[in-house]
Amino acid sequence: MSLISTLARLEAVESGRARPLTTVRHRHLSEHPLVLVPLTTAGEAGAPLGALVGTDPERPRLLTVAQPRDRELRFAFLAELAEAVLPHLDGYADDIELVERNETDPATGKRVKAQAELCADAPQLIVPGRAAIDFVRLLGRSMRFRRTSEQDPETPYPAPPHVPLLGRWLTHYGERARVPGSSLLLAATDLLNRHWATGQSSLEDQHLGALLAWIDPPDGGSGAEAALRAELGRDARGQLLVPPAGPATDPAFDNRLLAPAVEAYDRVRLALAAAGEGAEADGWLGQLSLAEREIRRLLRTQLEPTWHAVWRSLELLNELPEGPRATERWTRDRWSFTAHRDRVRAGEPPQPRRDDAVTAARKLAARESAQTQLDAQEALDDPLVLAGRRLSGEAFTGEVIEVTMAWSESKRPAPRPLLVLRTDDRPHLGEGVKVYRSLDGRPQTAEFVRHEADDLLVLRLTDRMGRAKDPAEGTVPVKGDRLAWTLFEHDQRGGPRLPEPEETPWTHGGPPGTDAEAPDPVTPEDIL
Amino acid sequence: MTVFDPATAADPAVAAAAATERILADTLHGTDRGVVVDSPPGAGKSTLVVRAARELAAAGHPLMVIAQTNAQVDDLVLRLAEKDPELPVGRLHSNDPDPYDKALDALANVRKSAKAADLAGLDVVISTAAKWAHVQGVGPWSHAIVDEAYQMRSDALLAVAGLFDRALFVGDPGQLDPFSVVGADQWAGLSYDPSASAVSTLLAHNPELPQHRLPVSWRLPASAAPLVSAAFYPYTPFRSGTGHGDRKLSFGAASDGSAHDRVLDEAAESGWGLLELPARHTPRTDPEAVRAVARVVRRILDRGGVATSTADADPAPVTADRVAVGTAHRDQAAAVRAALAELGVSEVTVDTANRLQGREFDITVILHPLSGRPDATAFHLETGRLCVLTSRHRHACVVVCRAGVGELLDEHPSTEPVQLGVAVKFPDGWEANHAVLARLAEHRVSLTP
Repeated sequence: MSLISTLARLEAVESGRARPLTTVRHRHLSEHPLVLVPLTTAGEAGAPLGALVGTDPERPRLLTVAQPRDRELRFAFLAELAEAVLPHLDGYADDIELVERNETDPATGKRVKAQAELCADAPQLIVPGRAAIDFVRLLGRSMRFRRTSEQDPETPYPAPPHVPLLGRWLTHYGERARVPGSSLLLAATDLLNRHWATGQSSLEDQHLGALLAWIDPPDGGSGAEAALRAELGRDARGQLLVPPAGPATDPAFDNRLLAPAVEAYDRVRLALAAAGEGAEADGWLGQLSLAEREIRRLLRTQLEPTWHAVWRSLELLNELPEGPRATERWTRDRWSFTAHRDRVRAGEPPQPRRDDAVTAARKLAARESAQTQLDAQEALDDPLVLAGRRLSGEAFTGEVIEVTMAWSESKRPAPRPLLVLRTDDRPHLGEGVKVYRSLDGRPQTAEFVRHEADDLLVLRLTDRMGRAKDPAEGTVPVKGDRLAWTLFEHDQRGGPRLPEPEETPWTHGGPPGTDAEAPDPVTPEDIL
Repeated sequence: MTVFDPATAADPAVAAAAATERILADTLHGTDRGVVVDSPPGAGKSTLVVRAARELAAAGHPLMVIAQTNAQVDDLVLRLAEKDPELPVGRLHSNDPDPYDKALDALANVRKSAKAADLAGLDVVISTAAKWAHVQGVGPWSHAIVDEAYQMRSDALLAVAGLFDRALFVGDPGQLDPFSVVGADQWAGLSYDPSASAVSTLLAHNPELPQHRLPVSWRLPASAAPLVSAAFYPYTPFRSGTGHGDRKLSFGAASDGSAHDRVLDEAAESGWGLLELPARHTPRTDPEAVRAVARVVRRILDRGGVATSTADADPAPVTADRVAVGTAHRDQAAAVRAALAELGVSEVTVDTANRLQGREFDITVILHPLSGRPDATAFHLETGRLCVLTSRHRHACVVVCRAGVGELLDEHPSTEPVQLGVAVKFPDGWEANHAVLARLAEHRVSLTP
């Protein structure tokens, strides 16, 4: 934890209210995000229990599974979820713009310009917390290898149409969420924690209710007290006043309310199966619908507070202006969405269970460069974030006191002006250390020459001044300019050039198999 | 037939030579595509690499050498040229300004270029893994030597493995594992986890490859080798090449009675010293501990340290370039540098464990990674970090630390999630830290600032 965020946390403890960590919003937020609040069944990995989903805070769609271990009901739930999610995704797929981009011509190997489709916007999915992101991934994994009867007439337990497709999309969103700075799938707790510091532990910060209490306490009271109440407060029946944001439910809820309701439902189902035709069956059918309604009611009580908390979080975040580079990063999310749309349309098979060696290495390299870029961009977008980097000696701001023109000693002298800066910061500079500033959104490099005095330092500008002997207009700072310099690069160079998967070397097990993956086998656990 | 076990041979030189012969035999005449050599700190890894390079070149095999940093590459080039000034060597470098050590310009047989094609045909071509990863359309080389292979990431090996047919992988398994700035849990347990070390991927896919180890540390003194071996290499023990009494460290000026001087005398006598400050939770750049580190370094230089390496060597003064300060974090290193500058010391190397890897000094002064911390995170508990810090010295190591680290360790047992398919590393940082602490406690000097 940086010194400045420690300070913010201490201030939060002292004042009982969360403290801002940023002055702008560092993630893009869609105007019409799709919010998904899922619940899972205790003791049964990947068995959804219910969900609230929708784009309208006032009208969420409630989906429930009355008996989570019944695979028919689970499929019905997933089909309904697909009905709620896929049209929203599809709504963005056809609104495109044409963009020119560089591509490698497979025939000649040359770089050529090509027109490509880019979706004008991408659908954004917001969930309450990190555990929900994991759950989205798990749902994706459990669905994408299923076969519908259309795909495979022989399959013993065909999945409803669209379920495998939803699995592929959720997998894509779950995977994209691992890229630092991406915004296709975001957790409300991550968003809030990026922008505010609370006075509680980082573990407690994963509790959406408590976190929100620190930032936005009801009636303007103490955030610390509201957070404690959100974490621990229970009513006379022993139920939490603020149910957990899920996907796991509170054991007290499971044991005292949910389990009896599910048992009642099971009993009615058994009775219905045992009953013959006619009036008796009709009676049980009515009972069944009542039992199901009771479960829906119970789940709604657990889901609704979280649903509102997620929307309240979005409201708070929308009060912050979006950082300019966050918008830039969103373009990559749009590319990511467009690329997956194309893969689905091209009829490609679902994402493999495991990445091959080359894909894994490529993903890691892409994420590392995204992380470096995100760290730099947040500092460049936001003076408060930059202050943290200045405190740790990784950046400094200063006023230009003097500019002396100088040239490099070569046949074609290039401009190498010397700048004297006054700064109160204490950057970790040594001779020849490179520093960067943003010039028209692109980094300009200088190297540290020497300390003139305690607060005076000399830099030599080394690039982005044009090809002529004299620097181009506006590329060299002038006396009186206040500039921010960083010791870290603003962008990372491309990682290692990796071989194609079919050329995987012997050290990494040779090329992977090319057969399409078989669907998941049906195991006894699947059929209860 | 009795098998000759180098680890138990009477003379360490004989044991080390026997191990080297077997490695070279496998490298030059073996049938496997790879040979792995584990080398504990200061066991002559660079010497082995230089020798293997020369023999491969002499046998007419075009050779590429892959090291991890430019400093390591330049160091290897200089060592090769020193041993064999006639050997044609290529130094492949980046396009940055000052891409290589200027000392290379003085070597007649070293050709330098940023393009691999310019260096084709030379007996040995040396570069960093990062630079090799961008080489296209040249090679493949029949042989490669991968230096510091345990510090190389699996994805870096993936990028270069297409350039060679067979390779000798040399490295120290006890040092810091490679790391990634983003989470890579998603691939944990896969044989080709891109964030794992190159050697673990190589061996997962090619378990039949011959594995050797160098059995003798020539750097570590007899006082340090048993501790480092037991604490960090419990299943692959090694020993020191010198005996007790071979190495001598003394000071020209007598002690002034301060804690700093007393800990130096203790370290000169026993090889270890612990300068313990009162227990306290501090910021990372604990000003008192930083001042204590700087003060100890100042006293080493002021008191005129004199070191004797072997029984028949001449005593040599411990100059500033033979002393190093090791820390866990960069801001700590920066704070120590500033404190040293205030005391007028500038030539002493001050760096983090990551950057001290592979380097050697007479005396090291280290700021304990857990000193003053309220918690013990995986980063601070990492075995490799403590191993690097406590195995850089030829004579003595002084550890500066707040009291209470033992209790801190006991309050923070490792809680890292267990990943299926990932080999459990022994020893864990918790155990290694306790082993080192127990030994240091015998050489404790308390300091009350």
